[in-house]
Amino acid sequence: MNWTNSLPLAVLMTSFLAAMIIFMLPESRHRLRSSINIAAACLKLVLIILLLQVVLRQDYPEVSLEVLPGLSLILRADALAMLFAGLSSVLWLFTTLYAIGYLENSPNRSRFFGYFSLCVASTMGISLAGNLFTFLIFYELLTLSTYPLVVHRGTEASLRAGRTYLIYTLGGGVVLLVGVAALYALGGDIPFGNTEQTAALVGTWPGWMALIFALLIAGLGVKAAIFPFHGWLPTAMVAPAPVSALLHAVAVVKAGAFGIVRVVYDIYGIELAWQQGLLWPLTLIASFTILYGSWRALQQVDIKKRLAFSTVSQVSYIILGISLFGPLGTIGGLVHLLHQGLMKVTLFFCAGNYAETLGIHKIHELDGVGKRMPLTSAAFTLGALGMIGLPPVAGFISKWYLGTGALEAGMDWVILVLISSSLLNAAYFLPVLQRIWFNPQQGDWPDEMITRWRDTTPLLLIPALVTATLSLLAGLFASSVLSPLSWAELITLREYLP
Amino acid sequence: MSSDLIFTFGGIGLCGLGLFGFIYHRHLLRRLIAFNLFGNGTFLILVGFAQQGQGNSDPVPQALVLTGIVVAVAATALALVLIRRWFQLKQATELPEDSQS
Amino acid sequence: MSLMQSPMPWLLVIPLAGATLTMLLPDRWRSAASALGILSQLVAALLLSYQVIQSGPQIYAMGNWQAPLGIALRADGLAMLFILMSALVSSLCALYAQSYLKAEKRANFWPLFWFLWASLNGIWLAADTFNLYVGLELLTLAAVGLVAFAADERSLEASIRYLYAALLGSMGYLLGVALLYGAHGTLALDSLAEHWHWGPTSQVAVTLIVGGLLLKTAVFPLHTWLPPAHGGALTPVSALLSALVIKASFYMLLRFWIELDIYRHLPSLSQLLGILGAGAIFWGGWMALRQQHLKWVVAYSTVAQIGYMLLMFPLLTAGQSDASQLAYQGGILMLLAHALAKAGMFLAAGNLMICTGKPDLQALAGMSRYRPLTIFAFGLAGVSLMGLPPSGGFSAKWLLLQSSLLSGQWWWVVVLVLGSLLSAAYIFRVFAYTYRETGEEGDRFARPALSMELTALTLSVASILLGFAAMLPLQLISLPGPLMEALP
Repeated sequence: MNWTNSLPLAVLMTSFLAAMIIFMLPESRHRLRSSINIAAACLKLVLIILLLQVVLRQDYPEVSLEVLPGLSLILRADALAMLFAGLSSVLWLFTTLYAIGYLENSPNRSRFFGYFSLCVASTMGISLAGNLFTFLIFYELLTLSTYPLVVHRGTEASLRAGRTYLIYTLGGGVVLLVGVAALYALGGDIPFGNTEQTAALVGTWPGWMALIFALLIAGLGVKAAIFPFHGWLPTAMVAPAPVSALLHAVAVVKAGAFGIVRVVYDIYGIELAWQQGLLWPLTLIASFTILYGSWRALQQVDIKKRLAFSTVSQVSYIILGISLFGPLGTIGGLVHLLHQGLMKVTLFFCAGNYAETLGIHKIHELDGVGKRMPLTSAAFTLGALGMIGLPPVAGFISKWYLGTGALEAGMDWVILVLISSSLLNAAYFLPVLQRIWFNPQQGDWPDEMITRWRDTTPLLLIPALVTATLSLLAGLFASSVLSPLSWAELITLREYLP
Repeated sequence: MSSDLIFTFGGIGLCGLGLFGFIYHRHLLRRLIAFNLFGNGTFLILVGFAQQGQGNSDPVPQALVLTGIVVAVAATALALVLIRRWFQLKQATELPEDSQS
Repeated sequence: MSLMQSPMPWLLVIPLAGATLTMLLPDRWRSAASALGILSQLVAALLLSYQVIQSGPQIYAMGNWQAPLGIALRADGLAMLFILMSALVSSLCALYAQSYLKAEKRANFWPLFWFLWASLNGIWLAADTFNLYVGLELLTLAAVGLVAFAADERSLEASIRYLYAALLGSMGYLLGVALLYGAHGTLALDSLAEHWHWGPTSQVAVTLIVGGLLLKTAVFPLHTWLPPAHGGALTPVSALLSALVIKASFYMLLRFWIELDIYRHLPSLSQLLGILGAGAIFWGGWMALRQQHLKWVVAYSTVAQIGYMLLMFPLLTAGQSDASQLAYQGGILMLLAHALAKAGMFLAAGNLMICTGKPDLQALAGMSRYRPLTIFAFGLAGVSLMGLPPSGGFSAKWLLLQSSLLSGQWWWVVVLVLGSLLSAAYIFRVFAYTYRETGEEGDRFARPALSMELTALTLSVASILLGFAAMLPLQLISLPGPLMEALP
């Protein structure tokens, strides 16, 4: 035992305690609440950096607590956990800043920020979970803490969206619970990474283990918005913009995708899953979801709805990368987990800025907005180009690795999927960019907010600019040691390939 | 037919009558009387067991019956209070058919 | 052994003294006497648990009168868990009642409260079937009195229904006990277990006992008396009734079931109990979903939760030791989690009704902004009742799931899973009402006392923490004792 072992718990606790304190604060203490929020986010970032260095030394801190006979809660920081935890803590900081700006002068902020921090605490729990049981606990906690955020506005539409969200996620949670419980009944508590244990089980009960795999993936697939479980995501768009960013980039959707990564690599092991023929159905579904999401995005006229269907499609890139057998596919999937987060959060920030500053919600209202809000529009453009996969923005790197990974796995048809999806992405993003930059303004803005600044308030603008810059840097300096790509390569090297 | 069997069968008969009355009637006082009949039947069965031993009888059932009677009296008293209050409030001796809201 | 050597008799003497004193003392002394009583009860409960943990099950003969005529008390791990559970829940409910009830109501509340606690402790500690009967009757009388003293028409009607159902149930039980005595010549649980033999009389007796106890536990379809009684009583009373009173008859059922080996001889009855449990889960959940009255939602949720506890019986099967252990642990943990969560939920619901001044769900609009602490308490209790992690309810459900998978009875998995979705539906329905923004209302709400909000929150938080500390109660109930030996 040494001090590093308490680091995972400390990372979890920074946002959990922040949540508790915020719940206790009276509604009117805005300044104090914001300071606590930002302080907690910064502290968490520092702790994550400390933890990263420990993990780089091939030392994996771990805490555990026996909660039921033979079953423990385990928090463990391995390289994969750090990938997701790092992403969420960086994005948490910017989303918090953004939310403070976005919700200025709106009611119920105490409740909002309390659940917001609780949501990040559960995301940390998900990323640091050391076995499926712990993962499940935080996965459900995430559902519970996001519900109040989705229904935050308290209107009929948001309550209906909340109900849809719950039906999907609780249903998925129950399927996951049955899968986890069945796996435990067969083989006891399997910590992540003990794939030999699973291999023995697959040898004894191949049918059952295939069924359990299907249950786990289906349960996780609901949050990852895989077709046909994607229905909640566009509906949940009624929530405020920071919540959409949280759902799409930082927490919920990613939690599902991350869970699938864990199941495929750390429970079953990629080689075993491939040998058992468990992966090709996943490839098929992911490819279909990629095309389907892009196709539906093309038909949307609402900006946030279009972004939502784009998320459906983009998250399946991650799933696709995971399901390709071979190191290049793995790298592509993992790195897209980070890249998609950065780019999507930028897009949502910008969409929120348009809505807050000018009251723009529909795509046809965007005409000429590039002159009124140049910086926001520049950030939006970067994000959109990245989504299409143009170099040098980060999205290109992901697609490159996915493509070569598909060739390596001998699934050449996946290239076709990638190309057609890129074309579709271009088809639904380029017209938007054209309206922003090249079309003249049509009449007054729907609902203009008077600000002292030309673009929009700094608290709304800066987070969008920073995340846009980060997604550009991640693409430009992909080969540097600090980039997401090298971390994904490290994980692949260290953990998965013999 | 020995005396303890008479007690037992008599008790079972009383219990049956009491149970029937308790379920069949709606009048609260009738149901209460039926409940007491049921109780007396049970006590009779217990007293019957006390007679099984020849000569000196078993003290345990006697003690049980005494305690049981005290408890039944207390329950009856509480029921009477509630029924009287109900009658004062609603001028009724029965409960309404369905209480589901 | 004298009164001084064991804390066991004090657990009965203090509440009985409390009942007498609070009846006789003038108004201003009542609450002080009760506070003193509650503190000494807590001390006695902790002392006794220390003894049980240190030196195994304790036996005590009241007044040195030995069985069969005397009153024998027995404390094993299971009994200790129930003693501690009722001490925690009762003292918090008492604290709540102190603020909730007006002074003139309190005069009636305290004596009945103490009688209730005395009879609960009497049941947890009873070593023979007849003492169990006396405890059960005393419990009924105290509980009915507590329901009735809300003193409106509906609660009076509810209390009469409750009393009649309970009287029928306990008379059935007594008849069963009488037949057992006729067949075996003893009433003590341990000697009954020793000399147990199956015959027609025993079978009739067991059927009567089980039937009577099921009626008193409000098991579907014998539950109709419960929602009006629990939904119509005053808030602290509802909490006590749902959290503790129905558990008493369930506890007795469990003791009989395991110590007298009923599971071994009547497997079809076990399955029947499981089917009734499934019926309760679905019917109770469905009815909870349709209520407009906040406390009736919570009351129907109790009907459903009783169903979960009953699922333990078909899983206690002879020959499958692991599955039976898991079922026993899961069932008890479910019961404990329900006691904490339901008490917390009723108290939180009572607070919400004080705020709005109305019992309907519609009136809750905007409440999540006005009373976040109470909504949080309600929500946490709800998490445990839904069986979502991390909570006591989840750990319990996990154990029951494992037990059904291990014993190959997969159909209970389906019941457990669908049941928790149904409970999520009715709890989130309430939750959604509190998020509604009606706009015109403003904040014209009354405000409950802080102590009332905190007691609700304490109970709900405890039901969540149970998810992390489940090992403690599980170790306690696994201490060696007659029950553990009889467990398959």
